[in-house]
Amino acid sequence: MINKFGLLFLLLISCDLIAGVDVVDFSDETLRPRYQQLVQELRCPKCQNQNLADSNSPISIDLRRQVQLLLEEGKSNAEIKTYLSDRYSDFILYRPQVKQNTWALWLAPIVLLLIGLLILVRILKRQKITVVEKAPVNPQDQERLRELLKNTNGDAK
Amino acid sequence: MDRIRLTLFVPLLICIALGAFLFSSLGKDPQELPSALVGQPFPEFVLEELNDPQRQLSTADFRGDSENGQVILVNIWATWCFACRIEHPYLNGLAEQGVAIIGLNYKDNRILAKEWLVERGNPYQFNIFDPRGTLGIDLGVYGAPETYLVDAQGIIRHRRVGVVDERIWNKEFRDLYKQLVDEANDQ
Repeated sequence: MINKFGLLFLLLISCDLIAGVDVVDFSDETLRPRYQQLVQELRCPKCQNQNLADSNSPISIDLRRQVQLLLEEGKSNAEIKTYLSDRYSDFILYRPQVKQNTWALWLAPIVLLLIGLLILVRILKRQKITVVEKAPVNPQDQERLRELLKNTNGDAK
Repeated sequence: MDRIRLTLFVPLLICIALGAFLFSSLGKDPQELPSALVGQPFPEFVLEELNDPQRQLSTADFRGDSENGQVILVNIWATWCFACRIEHPYLNGLAEQGVAIIGLNYKDNRILAKEWLVERGNPYQFNIFDPRGTLGIDLGVYGAPETYLVDAQGIIRHRRVGVVDERIWNKEFRDLYKQLVDEANDQ
């Protein structure tokens, strides 16, 4: 029974897989994972927030074919990315290169994290001080506290 | 106390700064990509002419009859491109004023494209026929129409993605075009 349902489940998943994968032929199968990685990382210039793998616009189809051709020509991943960003600008790279004008982009998370840590440290320091200030100074309270502590010590033993 | 009171304003200042940044971005067209080719030579190509398949075109044909070359517009168009219909009459007008326009027929059907030029008039000196979009990829074309202003040395000086009409011509092209033509004539 479970096996039947399992089979049905697998069938349902497989439709999705078939729909998501291009039929691309490579002379050398080792190119395929690189192709998949590149079309995931490159952005469709026409459709804004999709990568080449997800988009079915004509320009994405053309560019996927171009990536395939360049891979077959033996170009490296970096060469293919440069090839496309030379034509379509850095817009096409979902993973921007570390350059002078992208420093802010790469460093901002670290800087924001440091600012956050700094604020956190300051808040914690301030809290410690206020706790000390608010500690009971009333002699009667101190006496009661001593009593209580004595009692609990007795119980434990 | 004063210091604490001042720090209370920090979130407000951040809000104002963020608001100003977002407000300034409101008017921008998200479809407009920064152009990678402005200032670069027009990419080399060898492709057929639309009406005359025997004729092989290359960047050498951009020079026209003149020895020193000519300032040209390269207009990417296709019969499947709806905005090109709107743009076409304006290009006809520019050609009548003496602007040299070269067509790049992009991923199109040759027969339909030839009919289009007969029906709507032909503002182009010649048309590069690029059925597979190979020159399109070298130019970074991602949609039609697009228009490139190329100087007499074959350097791309301006790119417009979308329709060129009178407003866009006056705003983006006219002055630069005149300047480039003057420079070409001085040589």
